[in-house]
This record gives sequence, C-alpha cells and structure tokens, in this order.
Amino acid sequence: MDDLLAARSQMAMSLAFHIIFAVAGVATPLMMCIAEWRWLRTRDETYLTLAKRWAKGTAILFAVGAVSGTVLSFELGLLWPEFMRWAGAIIGMPFSLEGFAFFTEAIFLGIYLYGWDRVSPLAHLAAGAIVALSGAASAVFVVIANAWMNTPTGFRLIDGKPVDIDPIAAMMNPAALGQTIHMLLAAYAAVGFAVAGIHAFLLLRDRRNIFHRHALAIALAVGGVSALLQPASGDLLGQMLSRYQPVKLAAMEGQFKTEQGAPLRIGGLPDEESATTPHAIEIPYGLSLLAFHDPKAVVRGLEDFPRDVWPPVAIVHIAFQVMVAAGAAMALVALCAAYMAWRRKSLPDSRWFLRAVVAASPLGFIAIEAGWTVTEVGRQPWIIQGVMRTAQAVTPMTGLKIPFVTFTLIYIFLAAVVVWLLARQVAESPRVYAEPEGADNRGREYAFD
Amino acid sequence: MLSIEVLISGAMMVSLTFYALLGGADFGGGVWDLFASGPRKRAQRELIAEAIGPVWEANHVWLILVVVLLFTTFPPAFAEIATALHIPLTLMLIGIVLRGSAFTFRSYDRKTDDVQRRWGRVFSMTSLITPVLLGVAVGAISSGRIRGEYSDFAAAFVSPWLAPFPFAVGFFALALFAFLAAVYLTVEASDETLREDFRLRALASAVAVGVMALAVFLLAENGATVIRRRLTRSWWTWPLQISTAVCAVCAIYALWARQFRRARFYAAAQVTLILWGWGGAQYPYLIVPDVTIYNSAAPAITLRLVWWALLAGSALLFPSLYYLFRVFKRGRAT
Repeated sequence: MDDLLAARSQMAMSLAFHIIFAVAGVATPLMMCIAEWRWLRTRDETYLTLAKRWAKGTAILFAVGAVSGTVLSFELGLLWPEFMRWAGAIIGMPFSLEGFAFFTEAIFLGIYLYGWDRVSPLAHLAAGAIVALSGAASAVFVVIANAWMNTPTGFRLIDGKPVDIDPIAAMMNPAALGQTIHMLLAAYAAVGFAVAGIHAFLLLRDRRNIFHRHALAIALAVGGVSALLQPASGDLLGQMLSRYQPVKLAAMEGQFKTEQGAPLRIGGLPDEESATTPHAIEIPYGLSLLAFHDPKAVVRGLEDFPRDVWPPVAIVHIAFQVMVAAGAAMALVALCAAYMAWRRKSLPDSRWFLRAVVAASPLGFIAIEAGWTVTEVGRQPWIIQGVMRTAQAVTPMTGLKIPFVTFTLIYIFLAAVVVWLLARQVAESPRVYAEPEGADNRGREYAFD
Repeated sequence: MLSIEVLISGAMMVSLTFYALLGGADFGGGVWDLFASGPRKRAQRELIAEAIGPVWEANHVWLILVVVLLFTTFPPAFAEIATALHIPLTLMLIGIVLRGSAFTFRSYDRKTDDVQRRWGRVFSMTSLITPVLLGVAVGAISSGRIRGEYSDFAAAFVSPWLAPFPFAVGFFALALFAFLAAVYLTVEASDETLREDFRLRALASAVAVGVMALAVFLLAENGATVIRRRLTRSWWTWPLQISTAVCAVCAIYALWARQFRRARFYAAAQVTLILWGWGGAQYPYLIVPDVTIYNSAAPAITLRLVWWALLAGSALLFPSLYYLFRVFKRGRAT
C-alpha cells in the first residue's frame, strides 16, 4: 500500500465512521424533542421515558461523534496539508461557522442530558430544540465545504494560484444547496428507520407494549417523511451533476458513450477496458429524462474525457445503485406505512409490516455510506474538481499505513463497544401497557427491567 | 489600530486560554482520577466525573475552534504544523478519541466495579498522555526546529519535537492542568474531607508547576532561543512575570488559608498570564523562525469575514456558555 492510498484509506475510514455518529447527532435530538413535546402535551409518562431513553443513546453517539470529528479536523492537515494550504482561505469559512454551531450543540446537549431537574420543563425542551437545530446547522456547514470540492467557486485561477478570493461565493457554490438538503434528509431518514427497526423488532416480541408503539410512531414519521422527500433532492443533485460534474454522472450511470436519449441503467457491471456496462437493465431515454428532464437530451459519456480523469467507474456505479436501491426500498416502506396509517387511522402493526420495518432499518445507513462513496470516489482523481489532484494534496510524511491501521483498529473497537452499549440499553426496555379497561391510551408502567 | 492579523491571532489566543482553563482542567480531572487514593478514592472519582460530565464536550470545542481558525486564516502555518508534527498530533488525537469515548462509556456501562475501573483506567491514562502531547506540539512550534524541509524522515518528522524543550513544555502543561483541576475541585466538593484531599493535591501540583516552569525556562536557553530572548529582554516581560509570580503566590496562600474561590481566581489568572506571556514572546511568529502571522495570513477578505463571524459567534456563544455554567456550577461550596 503506497502512502497516497494509505492516506485516502485513512480519510475514507475516518469519514465513514464519523458520518454514522454525525447523522445520529443531527437526527436523534429531533426525535427526543418530539417525544418530550408529546409528554408536555399529553402528560403521558411513556413519552418522558422515551425521551430519556433516546437521550441516553444520543449521549453515547454524540460523544463518539465529537471526538471522531475532532480527528477529522486535524486529519485535513495531517493527511492533506497542500489542500489546506491552497484552499483554507477560500473554504475555511464554513468550518469556522461550524465551530460555533458545534459549540452551541455541545453546550445545550450538556444542559439537556444533565439538566432534567435543574431547568424548567420548557427550558429543557428548548435546549433540546437548540441541539436539534445546531446539529442540522453543523451538518449544513460541513457539507457546504464538501460541495465546494465538487463545484469550486469564489476565486480565479492565475498560474495555478487562487486570486480574487470570495469566501461567500465559495459557500454559495452550485452543489451546496442540493448536497445539504440531500444530506439532512438522509440523516433523518437513516436514523428514523434505524430507530424504527429497533422498536419494531421489540414490538414483534411484545406487541402491546405502548412504549415501543409510541417510539415506532415517532421514528417512522421522521424517517418516512424524509425518505419520501429524498428523491426530489436527488433530482436537484442530478441536474447539478449533469452541468458541473459530467464525468461523475457518467461513471454513476456506467455511461461510456455520448448519446442522445441515453437509457437509465439498473444494475450492470461497468468495464473500463471494453468501455461497456454489460448485464444492466436499460430503461430507454431514462437517463436523459432524469438528468436533463428531456428524453432527447444528449448525455456526455466517459469517452468524451481523457482516461486520466476517470474515477474508478465500477465502484462509483455500484455504490450509486446500492444507494438508490436502499432509498427506494425505504420510500416504499414509508409509502405503505402512510397508506395503512391513513386507512386504519392508527399505527400499522401487522406482523409482516413490522418485519418489513426491521428489514429496512439498516438501509438508511447503507445508503449514506454508498452515497458518500459516490460523491468522494466519483470526484477522483481530483480533491478539488478540475483544480487540484488528490495526489498533489497529500502529506510528504511516509509510513502512513501505520496511522491508518491504528485508527482502523481503534474505530472497530469503539464501534463494537457502542453497539454493545446500545444493545444493553435496548435490552433494558421498559414494559408499558395500556389499561385493560377504559381504553385510555395513557400508559402505565408495570415493570422496569 | 491593531492589524486584523493581530486581532485574529488574539482571538486564537483567547480560545486557547479558554481551552487551557476549561478543557485543560478536564484533563487534570482525569489525572486526579488516575491518582485517586486514600479512604475517599471512590468519592474523589465521583466528584471528578460529576464536575466534568455536563461540560467536557463544550470545553473541548475550544480546541476545534483554534484549529479551524488556524487553517482558515493562516493556512500555510496549519499545513506546516500538521506536516512536521504528524506523529505527536496523531498520538494526541488517539488520546482525545479514547479519553472522550472511555469517559462516556464509563457513564453508560454497567456500574459494577471491574467494568467501571476498566473504562476509568483508559480515561485517566489518556488524560495523562494527551496534555503532554499537546504541550509537545506547542513547544515544538516555539523551538525553531520546524524548518519546512521534508526530504529526510528523521529531520523532518521526528527531530522537530523529540527534544528536551518540547517535552518540558508538555509536562509543564500537564502540571498546570492538574493544578487547575485540583483547585477547581476544592470549590466543587461539597464534603469537607474531600475538599481537603484536593487542597493537598492542589498544593502538591503547585510545586510541580513551579519546578516545571523553571525547567522550561532553563531548557529554553538552548531549546527555544527566540522565545527565551524575548522573555528576558522585552519591556513588557518583567511586569508580566512579576504579575504571574504574584498570582502563583496568592493562589498558594489562598489554598493554604482555605479561601478556595479566591484560589480558583488566582490559579486561573496565573495560567492565563503564562499563556499570554508565551503568546507575547511568540509574536509575530506562528512557527519560529520562518512563519509569521503576516507572511502566512489568508487574503484580507477572508480575515475580515472570519472576524465578523467571530463577533457574531461570540454573541451567541458567551451567553450560552454562561447559562451552561450557571446551571451546573452554581452554589456549591463557599
């Protein structure tokens, strides 16, 4: 493994690890706030228990997210010092703003987690709402910086150096809006479905447990709405890609030839040598329609671009297929849930539906990892699209496989501990049942493990 | 009129000061967790966990703020530091990751002794190592050993920091953090005997601070000549050094006389003055002797925008921080 590959692997691994905790930091506060708000409205103690349970999970996930995020802020320089030297002045701004958003998030999470009996109920709920808002703001700022790497703006290039820098214009880059919306929705969808899956699993064993029914309802609402909105933001990104990153788009679709009325390929395995994507199901005019909203539009294929600016086509194409398939499955589950809830005027709880929710629970996280693979691998060989190659940005430090292996082992260990701790929390779930008589939906707690 | 470069590096010094006073004390708390002893061992550890729990994540953000300000406003300096100090910074990050995780895992894992002790050991050991590495990095950028030449591995990536001076600064930082934590904990403790435990620890670490300060000063003779010259010959240095010494003496006296709130004030003032003395001696260098806040500054538009973001952010940050500390740190001891 050469040093460039080791640096890329370490960055990829650090990001893939951090993103799980980062999205949890964005979305779980929203869910615990909804639960707490329901408690204040209904005085149903089950909701309070739920808010407290979710807060515990949030605390664990947020702490790991905070420290792994610190690692990333240093790794920008430890691994890519030439990128930072070149781009820091242009794109440091959103990171500075993110610093303050993260500050707000950490401060009010401290108040939320430790302040149950120290501040008034309303102040407590407000603290939670600030955590949810500043978590979303943090995500927006960081994704803006990534969007700039895809569609760099806010400077002019003279002799390979940036001049006339405009950090605001850099933040307003063409990919920023689409990417931030896509990432926020992905966070809510992934966490909503993951949490819904856990509670659906427990409901399958204990069907009348009101605690899990409340939890499932909130998680499904958050995850389901986001999953249904996600295709719209994906369309926004498709439009952006067709204009600004045609190479990435061609790789995502396995489109080697420049074609009028290009088909949409489902599946298939792109082969760079023969410049074909065999074994794909082709939907005629589909790609032209999606990318340009015009079935006759010309889609530029990889053949239009020199080989040395192609990303690894097969990885990008397959990752994209995985993301879309996972997203589509989640949207389908959300649609079924919405339809049944509307028909029955209550939470759908049939056995097969709960099983479907359990099956869908990891899909959001799979989609996020696959989606970031598309974004990052699809931009290669560039670290700043069209401006700086990844190989030019890497540190002169050698022996980089040592930190790569070390961080990988540490992160595997931390992931295992987090899973174990969360599983322990889940196993201790409260048993709350409705009163047998009186059809009152206020829960009463009979037992805590 | 102060230049924008000075204003922003001043803001970075403010962040670093808060990091030392708040985040540093959290590290120090971990050190006293490691050295918890005597009949009130468990109570000492509980007090430390209770003091750190609600605030450590917020306190930790000061460091991130320093890093993002550095790479936004002085990008070449960040690139040089991150390249030359790759090894100690990576080790420091491992410390930060394991420490934060272990602290949280301990809070949410089973309450049995062996489980708690296992996470506690990871938390406290990394609390000991991480500040040393942070101090090593600070010592290295002051020492004049980072030269931006990366052809020879040992000269480029090892010798900038593997030297007596950076390590002396590392242990000085550790002593300061342990001192701060012990002094703060005398105020946090609600139990008289527990307060005495930390009073003795504060006095012992005050001695360690003195010893390490002297060691750093002596080693600077060869290890950090620019800094040493400025600390002995600048017009501002003697008033500053005398004020620092006065604060140190007052802090020790207040501890001795059991005036714990007063001790906390002087201890914090002492650490602040030490940091700003270093900052003054370092000015205008970010990395001695080649990189200054002027020759590495980002274009003026970036500096101006960051300055406005800092002002706006502070308007949000300081009331929030005040609220956090008022909720959790009010009305304990006298």
